[in-house]
Amino acid sequence: MEHIHADVVIVGAGGAGLRAAIAIAEADPSLEIALISKVYPMRSHTCAAEGGAAGVKGADDSLELHFNDTVGGGDWLCDQDVVEYFVSQAPRELVQLEHWGCPWSREDDGSVAVRPFGGMKKKRTWYAADKSGFHILHTLFQTSLQFPSIKRYDEYFALELLHKDGKCRGVVAMEMRSGRFFAYHAPAVIMATGGGGQVFPFTTNGAVKTGDGMGMAYRAGVPLKDMEFVQYHPTGLPGTGILLTEGCRGEGGILVNKNGYRYLQDYGMGPETPIGKPELKTMELGPRDRLSQAFWHEQKKGNTVETPWGDCVLLDMRHLGEKKINERLPLVRELASSYVGHDPVTDPVPVRPVIHFMMGGIDCNLNGETPMPGLFAIGEAACSGLHGANRLGSNSLTDLLVSGKRSADRATAYAREAGRSEPCSSVNQQAEDAVAFVRGLLQRSGGGETTAGIRREMRTTLEEGAGIYRDEDGTRATCEKVAELRARFDGIEVNDKSNVFNTDLQQVLELRNLLDVAESVAEASLERRESRGAHQRLDYVERDDENFLKHSLAYRRPDGRPRIEWLDVTITRSQPGVRDYSGGKDK
Amino acid sequence: MSERLLKIEVLRYDPEQDSEPHFQSYEVPCQNDWAILDGLNYIKENLDTTLAFRWSCHMMVCGSCGMMVNGEPVLTCKTFVRDLPDKVRIEPLENFPIERDLVVVLDDVMEKLQRAKPYIIRKDPPPEGKEHIQPRSALYKFKQYTMCVNCMCCYAACPQYALDKEFIGPAVLALAHRYNIDSRDQGKSERLDILADHDGVWNCSFVGACSEVCPKSVDPAAALQQMKLDGAKAYWLQKLPGGKS
Repeated sequence: MEHIHADVVIVGAGGAGLRAAIAIAEADPSLEIALISKVYPMRSHTCAAEGGAAGVKGADDSLELHFNDTVGGGDWLCDQDVVEYFVSQAPRELVQLEHWGCPWSREDDGSVAVRPFGGMKKKRTWYAADKSGFHILHTLFQTSLQFPSIKRYDEYFALELLHKDGKCRGVVAMEMRSGRFFAYHAPAVIMATGGGGQVFPFTTNGAVKTGDGMGMAYRAGVPLKDMEFVQYHPTGLPGTGILLTEGCRGEGGILVNKNGYRYLQDYGMGPETPIGKPELKTMELGPRDRLSQAFWHEQKKGNTVETPWGDCVLLDMRHLGEKKINERLPLVRELASSYVGHDPVTDPVPVRPVIHFMMGGIDCNLNGETPMPGLFAIGEAACSGLHGANRLGSNSLTDLLVSGKRSADRATAYAREAGRSEPCSSVNQQAEDAVAFVRGLLQRSGGGETTAGIRREMRTTLEEGAGIYRDEDGTRATCEKVAELRARFDGIEVNDKSNVFNTDLQQVLELRNLLDVAESVAEASLERRESRGAHQRLDYVERDDENFLKHSLAYRRPDGRPRIEWLDVTITRSQPGVRDYSGGKDK
Repeated sequence: MSERLLKIEVLRYDPEQDSEPHFQSYEVPCQNDWAILDGLNYIKENLDTTLAFRWSCHMMVCGSCGMMVNGEPVLTCKTFVRDLPDKVRIEPLENFPIERDLVVVLDDVMEKLQRAKPYIIRKDPPPEGKEHIQPRSALYKFKQYTMCVNCMCCYAACPQYALDKEFIGPAVLALAHRYNIDSRDQGKSERLDILADHDGVWNCSFVGACSEVCPKSVDPAAALQQMKLDGAKAYWLQKLPGGKS
C-alpha cells in the first residue's frame, strides 16, 4: 500500500469533479488536489448529456420564474433554499464556461442562444447544438490542464472511504494499470462519482454509471436520500436506450401514438398546440415524469407501436426540415439513423421511456456537506434536495457547475482549517481492510455465481418493482430479491487473477456498489406510500403532503435491509400546489 | 431481428503471463443491429470474463472504445455488425504500447495534450459578468475542431506518429489550432513554440489518414495545413525589424 497526502481529494472527474477542482486551484494554489477517476476525465458520462444547461438569460425571464418551474417540476419535494441559491448562481456559472471557451450555440447577434426545454416557462436552456454535456466536459477538462495543483489519478478505482471519529479522512483506491493500492489521506473528500443508472436494464447511462460514490458513502454510514426518485427520460432509442435529447421536442418535435395522435393531450398536458410551434410548459414540453407516465398508459391501452425492440411511440421531427435538424440536432440524426435505421429528416423515430437520472443520492445540504464532516457530495452522486421528486431537463448540467463551485469553496475552507492529519493506525487499518476485501475476491473460487448473472437479475427485479409505476407487492418482492442477490454476491468467482487492468475484478466491485444503490432505491420506494413526481404508486395514487412532504433517508445495516428515516423539506416561499402543464389554457 | 454467427478474433496480452500477444477466437451470435462493441460485451458476459477493453457511453461521444477492427482504427460502438464480414479481427490501436488485451497506454498523448495549452488564454480580462459576443461565422471557424472525442484513432492511422513518437500528432495539433482560431483566445503566441518546432506541425507528411479515419469528421489535416502557413508567417514576421526575436 502506498500513502498519498493531499488537502482535498475529489473522486470523479466528470463535470462536477472538474468544476470543483478548478475552483479549489483558483482559490488557493497552495492546496494539493488529488483528482481520482476510474476513467480518463473525457470519458465521464457528462459527455453524453445533449440538450443543455439552464440559467436565466432573457430579459423576459427571472430567477423567480426559474425557481417556480424547478420547485413545481420537483412536485414540491425540492429544498427551496437550495433552489434559490442554484437559480441565482446558474447564469454566472454558464457565463464562466463561456469565458473558458465552451462553444455555445449563438443567436444572430452573436450572444449565447437559449432553447425551450420541458417544464420551463421561459427559454433558458444554454446549448451547444445537441452535444452540450460533451462540450462542457471537454471545456472543463481542457481548462483544468493549466492548474499544476490538480494532480490527476486517471484510471484509479476508488474502493472505500476512510474515516475516524465520525470524520472523513480520505479514500482508498486501486490503480487499474498495476493493481497497486493507494491510501489517500486528506481532511476533505468530495464525491463526484455520478449516478447509478446501471442498476436498471434499460438506461441512457453509460457503463461507468455504477453508483460508486453512493456505495462508498452508504457503507461508511452516510445515508442516501430520496433514492426512490429515479427519472425516466421519455425519449430513448429502443434496444440500446440511447438518449434522444429533450431538445428534439424543444425545437418542435412531436410525440404520436400508433394512430398518429398526439396522446399527451389526454394526460393533463393539452390542449394540443400547433405542430412545429412548441409552446412552453405544455404538451411535448411537459415534464419528464408526466411524459413517461403517459407512455405507460398508452401501452396499457394498446396504442403503442410494435417494433423489433418492443413497444414504442413515435417522435416525429420531419416538419423541422433537414437544415434545422443538421444545425441543432446533428447527433440525434446520426444516432437514430445508425442504431434504429430511422433518419429523423424522413421518418418518425421510435422511442420509449428509459432510465436517465437519479434525483436521489448522498445526503447533503446546499454546501455539499454530508452528515460526515469532511465529506462533500456534488453532481448526480449528491442529493442536496435541488431536484425534488422530478428533475427538470437542463437543470443537472448547471448543477454540476453550481454545486461543484459551492462545495469546492466550502471544502477549501474546511481543509485549511482542519489541516493535514497525522498518520493514524486505525485509518491505516481501514485501508488495509479495504485491500483485504479485494484480495479476498481474487482468491475466491467455486461459488458458482457470475457477475453478469447477478447483475442481470438485479436489473430485471428493479424494473419490475421500482419502474415507472410501483405497488406494495411488487416493490416488496424486489426488496426481497435484492437482499437475496446481496447474499449470493459472496458466491461470485473472479476468473481473472491478473493485476493489470483487471476489468473482471472491477465489474465485481461495481456490482457491489450497484447492489447498495438497488437496495436503497427499492426500500425507499416501498416506504413512500404516496405518488409524487417520478415516484408513482398504483396503490397510493395521490400526493400526500401530510405524511410525505419529506425526504427519505436510507441507512445501511450490515446485516439485513436498510433503515428508512424521514427528513423535513425546506420550504421558504412556495407552498405545495398543483402542477399545471396546460399551458395556462385551462384557466 | 436476424442473427449471425461471427468469428471474432481478439488480440490477447497479459504482461504478467504472456511473453508476447496472441490471438484468441470466439464464436459470437450477433444481432444484425449490433455494434461490434456489443459482440465484445457478449464475450465478456457469456464466454470469457477475462477479456479487457475500454468502453462506456455506447453512443459515439466518450471516445473510450477506439480499436483496430479488421485493420482499421474505429470506434467499436460505431462499427456495425451489418457492415462486417463473418470473420472479424479486433486488435488494440496501432502505434500505442499495449497495456492489456485491447487496452493501450495513452500516457504519451495525454502528456502532449497538456503541452498544447488547450484552454483560453487572455491578455485582457473577459467581459465583466457577461459572455463574449461571437458571431456564428466565428464559431463555425473552429467548431469542427471541438468535436474531437480523443479516441486516438488518428494516432493509430498516422504514418508520421508511427515513425516518430516525438511528433505531437493530429488530435493535439487540431486542438491547439481550435484555440488559436477561437475569437475569444489571445494565446496563439504561447502555443507557437511547441507547435512550430521540429516535433510540431512541420513533421506532418500530409497523407491525410487522420482525417479519413476520424469517427467525428474532424479534419486534423486541414488544421495542420493552416498551422503550417501560420507558422511560416510567424517565423518570417519575427525576422522583421521589431519582431519578437
